[in-house]
Amino acid sequence: MSEIKYSELIRSFIVDNFLFGDDSQLKFDTPLFEKGIIDSTGVLELVSFIEENYKITIQDDELVQDNFSSINSIENFLQNKLNHQNS
Amino acid sequence: MPFQKDLILINPKAEAERIIKELREIVAKKLHKRGAVVGVSGGIDSSVVLALCANAFGPEKVLALMMPDRDSSPDSLNLAKKLVEKFKVPYIIEDITDAVKGFGAYQKRDEAVKKVFPEYDESYKMKIVLPKDDEAKGKLNVYYVTIISPNGEEKTARLPLAEYLQIVAASNFKQRSRTNFLYYHAEARNYAVIGTGNKNEHEQGFFVKYGDGGADIKPIAHLFKTQVYQLAEYLGVPDEIQKRTPTTDTYSAEQTQEEFFFRLPYSVLDRIWFGWEKGFSSKEIAEALDLSESQVNVVINDIKQKIKTTEYLRMEPISLG
Repeated sequence: MSEIKYSELIRSFIVDNFLFGDDSQLKFDTPLFEKGIIDSTGVLELVSFIEENYKITIQDDELVQDNFSSINSIENFLQNKLNHQNS
Repeated sequence: MPFQKDLILINPKAEAERIIKELREIVAKKLHKRGAVVGVSGGIDSSVVLALCANAFGPEKVLALMMPDRDSSPDSLNLAKKLVEKFKVPYIIEDITDAVKGFGAYQKRDEAVKKVFPEYDESYKMKIVLPKDDEAKGKLNVYYVTIISPNGEEKTARLPLAEYLQIVAASNFKQRSRTNFLYYHAEARNYAVIGTGNKNEHEQGFFVKYGDGGADIKPIAHLFKTQVYQLAEYLGVPDEIQKRTPTTDTYSAEQTQEEFFFRLPYSVLDRIWFGWEKGFSSKEIAEALDLSESQVNVVINDIKQKIKTTEYLRMEPISLG
């Protein structure tokens, strides 16, 4: 499970749902909040997507800026969470 | 000059006189209207705006509208009546409950709450809240719904996306219904509608587009809440209004503006915001306010986020040329 890369899937979700398919500006380290790509409603959409796709529950105290600030940070957060869950 | 916590304070007399003069100028010469309609809620902002208008146009040229609904606290109406009595402004009460019910807004809101808490019904009270960020972890602005049973038992849960959007969209019928009444009474008298939002609400997007954000002039949208309180004292707004905790008066359960949106007491939030806006470093602000630098940074980031993500609320409809 910890080998899975989430970045691609998260990226295509963001491109499809928040950018109407335009992926030209979105890199893995693009700051999602600062660039105005995601707001608090966007976080909720992303959380629903992650919870449904990976069958996990994101806890209240995990809903912090550091975990969602870029695609890379979401990847790290999910890897750590799932590693911890499986250990 | 180093940052000091009271740098934010204004000269209330000079500021009130400036606003009063501008109000007269704009209403007469730009809008060509004969007076002003103000929606009064019993809160500090609308009280200050009413007092400014009474001074600008004369109380007989101002109409105060009180627009409670079935979820409003009775205190709000009582305080609003004390206010108009003090400034001798005529008033009308328009209960918006039937209008809001006509839109099916209570039903739509309650349907969404029931999806989270199936036991919820009309005998319960409810509100939506943002979590406090006391440990300065940079919590995201994700809303929770709280229900309170008739025997006082309280339950809170994070709102899923669809339910969050439905509750907010349904509740916004209230602010938009109020704006309809404001414009009805303004147009029927050839008056202008005077908005009551302060800087915190205007710039952080704590208003409903085409709802309470709809007005012809926003005379205190440049003032921090701290400064609005200074004006209230100078203009002689009744003490009970000055001492009241700012509420939203939107949901049936009592709810402060702090738990609904701002997450911090305004006295702290305003000073950090003011310091950041004037270019002081987080370190200087933190020292003057007895906070840690990271606490100040979290607040500044939250302010920046809210300003950025609510830009669309302040935009006019965009035309393609």
